[in-house]
Amino acid sequence: MHISEGVLSGPVLAGGAIISAAGLALGLKKIDYESLPRVALLSAVFFVASLIHLPVGPSSIHLVLNGLVGVILGWSAFPALFVGLVLQAVLFQFGGLTVLGVNTAAMALPAVLCYYLFGPFLRRSGKLAPLLAAFAAGFCAILISAILTAVSLYCSGEEFLGAAWAILAANLPGMVLEGVITSLAVVFLKKVRPELFGKGPTLK
Amino acid sequence: MSNANSKAPSRGLLPSLDNALSPGPVGRLDPRAKVVVVFIYSLQMALAHSPLMPALGVLLGLALVGWARLGWRLFLSRLVAVNLFTAFLWLFMPWQLSLGHGFLGLSLTYNPSGLSLAFLITLKANAIFLALLALLGSSPVKDIFHAMAHLRVPSKLVTMFLLFYRYLHVMRQEYLRLRQAMQVRCFQPASNMHTYRTYAQLTGILLIRSLDRSERVYQAMLCRGFSGTFWLLDHFTWRRADTWFCLISGGVLIALALLQWSGISWR
Repeated sequence: MHISEGVLSGPVLAGGAIISAAGLALGLKKIDYESLPRVALLSAVFFVASLIHLPVGPSSIHLVLNGLVGVILGWSAFPALFVGLVLQAVLFQFGGLTVLGVNTAAMALPAVLCYYLFGPFLRRSGKLAPLLAAFAAGFCAILISAILTAVSLYCSGEEFLGAAWAILAANLPGMVLEGVITSLAVVFLKKVRPELFGKGPTLK
Repeated sequence: MSNANSKAPSRGLLPSLDNALSPGPVGRLDPRAKVVVVFIYSLQMALAHSPLMPALGVLLGLALVGWARLGWRLFLSRLVAVNLFTAFLWLFMPWQLSLGHGFLGLSLTYNPSGLSLAFLITLKANAIFLALLALLGSSPVKDIFHAMAHLRVPSKLVTMFLLFYRYLHVMRQEYLRLRQAMQVRCFQPASNMHTYRTYAQLTGILLIRSLDRSERVYQAMLCRGFSGTFWLLDHFTWRRADTWFCLISGGVLIALALLQWSGISWR
């Protein structure tokens, strides 16, 4: 769901950069030196996980997991996803430097939203509520990301309308898949490491 | 074994996670200069309105890539990856969807302005990609992160970058090891719940191992007296070639800015 360089208009690029800079500042402020290695290593895992391709019918989809990033890390999702995107730009020239702001915002804003919307349900003790909340987190994170990507395309020009709809449609199977993977992963994590989604703030 | 080491580290399951060493002169330039130049250049190209400037940019970028001598295979594979997105735009942008009449109440009309915009975007995307590949793709990743630290990127962010990048390799090894274990147990990925559950648990176990490892990493950092400063060991030495590079690219960037400002187009 990356937008490549040279597509978006100046105001959209500036808007994305401002949102991401604010999110990054807030996220970095929440990270103290003790949790810095933890966030760094978690984002390394998310980067590795995003290289996994899952078979879906005749095709395959790669994981994004920004819903899971969000419910685990909260505001720290901004720096965690940002470092991955910077590495992609430096390593694969995939989504360059000027779209970094828009791409970070499109991935990290839904993650933070999921943290506030679904995070409290994941801490419940029952079985069904965390399962459903995790599915919703995975599903909605991709949905909102796709909407933000489509909107940033459309704001850059009327001509992008078709492409914006296509991005939304193309991400539909991904939303369901992310929901399934996120819910199964949360069930697993709650079983193996209950304190991860324990009472109180995440990971503290 | 020494022979095997001289080749690219992995051409198998996943792409290598570091830039190949560039034998060309671009690879020896100071990463600080390269980061600054490529950033200003990207901004300029991204904000261009007429196809003339990105077209010049593509030529400049091609020259830089040739100068960096990164190898054809790498260049072509990245070129294809970048242009998949632009191909997607070529497919969708020349058409305008309107409601009201025609088949199913929808009608597609040809829209020439979309086509010219797709052309402009393709030029811009490639101009920026070529410069990124030549300038950033020719330095080791850790040098670029160090350059960011020297360019006053917040130290917490740079520390995170360095730890992230260092342990990315470890976590990838961990992942490959788990994959191997799955293959030994005859795991066959398919579109079914078993596959998805397995991958979800694989992600989960990677997360838990990274959490445990991060505790040990932090303890090891404390043992070595970590108190918020992540000491950098690379202090780049500025050479005369770097000054020349800055002067020439500064001149080119100013010329491009003047071109943009004067509003000259090729029509």
